[in-house]
Amino acid sequence: MENRYRDMQREVHPDRFSTGTASEQRQSMEMATRVNEAYRTLRSPLLRARYMLELDGGDVAAETNTAMPREFLMQQMGWREALEEAAEARNAKQLDALDAQVGAELDATFADAELALDGRDGVTSTSLVRKLMFLDKLREEIGAAQERLEN
Amino acid sequence: MALLQISEPGESPAPHQRRLAIGIDLGTTNSLVATVRNSIAVVLNDADGHPLLPSIVRYLADGSVQVGFSAEAQQARDAKNTIVSAKRFMGRGLKDVPYPENSPYDFVDAPGMVQIRTVAGVKSPVEVSADILRTLRVRAEASLGISPGAAAGGSDAAELYGAVITVPAYFDDAQRQATKDAAKLAGLNVMRLLNEPTAAAIAYGLDNAAEGIYAVFDLGGGTFDVSILKLSRGVFEVMATGGDSALGGDDFDHRLFCWVLERAKLAPLSDEDTRLMLSRARQVKEDLTNHVEARFNARLSTKEVVDVVVNQQDFWDMSQTLVAKTLAPTRRALRDAGLAAADVKGVVMVGGATRMPHVQRAVGELFGQVPLNNLDPDKVVALGAAMQANALAGNRSSEEDWLLLDVVPLSLGIETMGGLVEKVIPRNSTLPVSRAQEFTTFKDGQTAMAIHVVQGERELVSDCRSLARFELRGIPPMAAGAARIRVTYQVDADGLMSVAAREATTGVEASVAVKPSYGLSDGEITRMLRDSFEHARDDVHLRALREQQVEGSRMVESVRAALAQDGDLLSVEERAAIDAAISVLEKSMAGSDHRVVKAAIERANHATDAFAARRMDRSVKSALAGRNIATI
Repeated sequence: MENRYRDMQREVHPDRFSTGTASEQRQSMEMATRVNEAYRTLRSPLLRARYMLELDGGDVAAETNTAMPREFLMQQMGWREALEEAAEARNAKQLDALDAQVGAELDATFADAELALDGRDGVTSTSLVRKLMFLDKLREEIGAAQERLEN
Repeated sequence: MALLQISEPGESPAPHQRRLAIGIDLGTTNSLVATVRNSIAVVLNDADGHPLLPSIVRYLADGSVQVGFSAEAQQARDAKNTIVSAKRFMGRGLKDVPYPENSPYDFVDAPGMVQIRTVAGVKSPVEVSADILRTLRVRAEASLGISPGAAAGGSDAAELYGAVITVPAYFDDAQRQATKDAAKLAGLNVMRLLNEPTAAAIAYGLDNAAEGIYAVFDLGGGTFDVSILKLSRGVFEVMATGGDSALGGDDFDHRLFCWVLERAKLAPLSDEDTRLMLSRARQVKEDLTNHVEARFNARLSTKEVVDVVVNQQDFWDMSQTLVAKTLAPTRRALRDAGLAAADVKGVVMVGGATRMPHVQRAVGELFGQVPLNNLDPDKVVALGAAMQANALAGNRSSEEDWLLLDVVPLSLGIETMGGLVEKVIPRNSTLPVSRAQEFTTFKDGQTAMAIHVVQGERELVSDCRSLARFELRGIPPMAAGAARIRVTYQVDADGLMSVAAREATTGVEASVAVKPSYGLSDGEITRMLRDSFEHARDDVHLRALREQQVEGSRMVESVRAALAQDGDLLSVEERAAIDAAISVLEKSMAGSDHRVVKAAIERANHATDAFAARRMDRSVKSALAGRNIATI
């Protein structure tokens, strides 16, 4: 995929049309933007899962539907509290440990989501992809907290 | 003579039509200009054989200007009128100026950017930079055999096609715009602003046929950048970049200066003595690279003599916090790239300040390997810029076939309720990039929405840089939260940004091309241009005509090349329409009205729109078709 991405950018990238007409430049920019977006989607497991789900007609309804299983929400709350505590205490070790825990949960959920998507199980896939989105967001926040600690 | 010539898009149609292009490293301390000759990038020296031009400009009462060594020689005698490190003031307000108390300048806090009052009038950092760029342009023209100010517009006279100018990767939009404005003032056609560490990676990668993941650690006179790149089969892909646009060798000089002041128990210094002490500090810093101790010796205007011995360990101790400030962005860049230090195959050191042994050691420890110092850290950026300039000018040959994929250095966001920033395009997104996000109204019956575009990593709008504001009006009155407003950010390969907002139910739209509110206004630029032309006894109107003629001949040339390659995509009628538009354009270029040329260019652009789309489809199809048997 990486090679294919580079080959496509070699063809369409605006630098290839730097001496071209304004229309060529505009169109090459649009095309190169799409190629970048496609590569980003396919490279990120979460975006790829979401994209595959949407191809199958599924919809994660991220903006409107935030209902999640109670058990999962409890776990999320626990992790978020741990994050706040570690950030407050400026405890890098705790942050790293939390990052590892959430990372392991992400990996496990990805494995489940992969099976569900391959089995075209729309209901299970949707709920797993939504779970992935929560976990990904949490991990991003852990990363931000780690960064603040370093500066 | 070749009977049949096949050329790829972006390749020169005929070797003898090589376009003259240059790369410029506009540095805080020194600047350089380079070009590609016979496929090899070379730095162009001045008449005395110096490759470096000190980035120092002195303004004299008679209106004349000294740039480089002649200005440097006078800096301690005429500190107020001799501007050093102007790059640190580009696109910056007075509050951003480092240690104004130790600066000899008479700062004027102008609304756009800080300015400096000199004996020749108030000067913007943009004008100071333009004077440096102009000196380099003249040097390049002399060594490339271009007669000064050669006119384009169909004539055969050699002209300078364009320049690539490097900027710190961590420069924000205002600083980039200021650099572009300076180039415009200096009469340069800027093909691209290129990030300094990326330029270094190009020079290093092409020279060493490097493959794999490399880090570029670039500590210059006033700025620090670090970039992580993946080099693979001729594609330079920036994975992450980070830095500090206000950290460089100057800060090490300043530490040493303060340390000596304290040791020698000196009374407050005059501007001239401050300048003298700072340049001595720089000398001592450089001496300490290869010696365990150095003597700080200066005779002040008060007849006081400063004589202090500084040993290496003292210097390292006093500047250790500065070194630490380079390591945090480096770790962040690694994390953004999703890599560990051990994944990095080599660390390329760039910028004069990386010569300091304690910087080398800290970087070596972080990456667990000895940094690469086999390139001249002063020249590598200019060389890489020249290579990119050569490629953008369409001079690349098939063996120089490489491509650069750079990233957005700072996140781009939008102001939301409570003065918070919502990121729309995260830092390190590959260019060109476009992202959309949906927002809604927060009051019942709200008919307009203010959109505030900001740049930076912080969560509060007040901690980020404001880039643009505009309003979307005509939203139909609805309940709060019912309207769906899609805001789209687009950044092109040049890093130029545009923002559009659209309400889904009515389709009302508003958009803005972002020109940073922190740069200079068009009016100010026009005034400076006029001033500089008056100085050069040039004519604004003639200049505009020349610019349009150059643009026109580029257009004619590229359409001809496209027709030669893909003319089969057109019907006879379509071909005739394009030919007609081109012939009108050529006629207009022979005239003397720049507006007529401009209009003809626009018509020709319009006439070739559909043709360009079909050519792009063909390119993509060929990429999708994969390799043919012969090349597997």
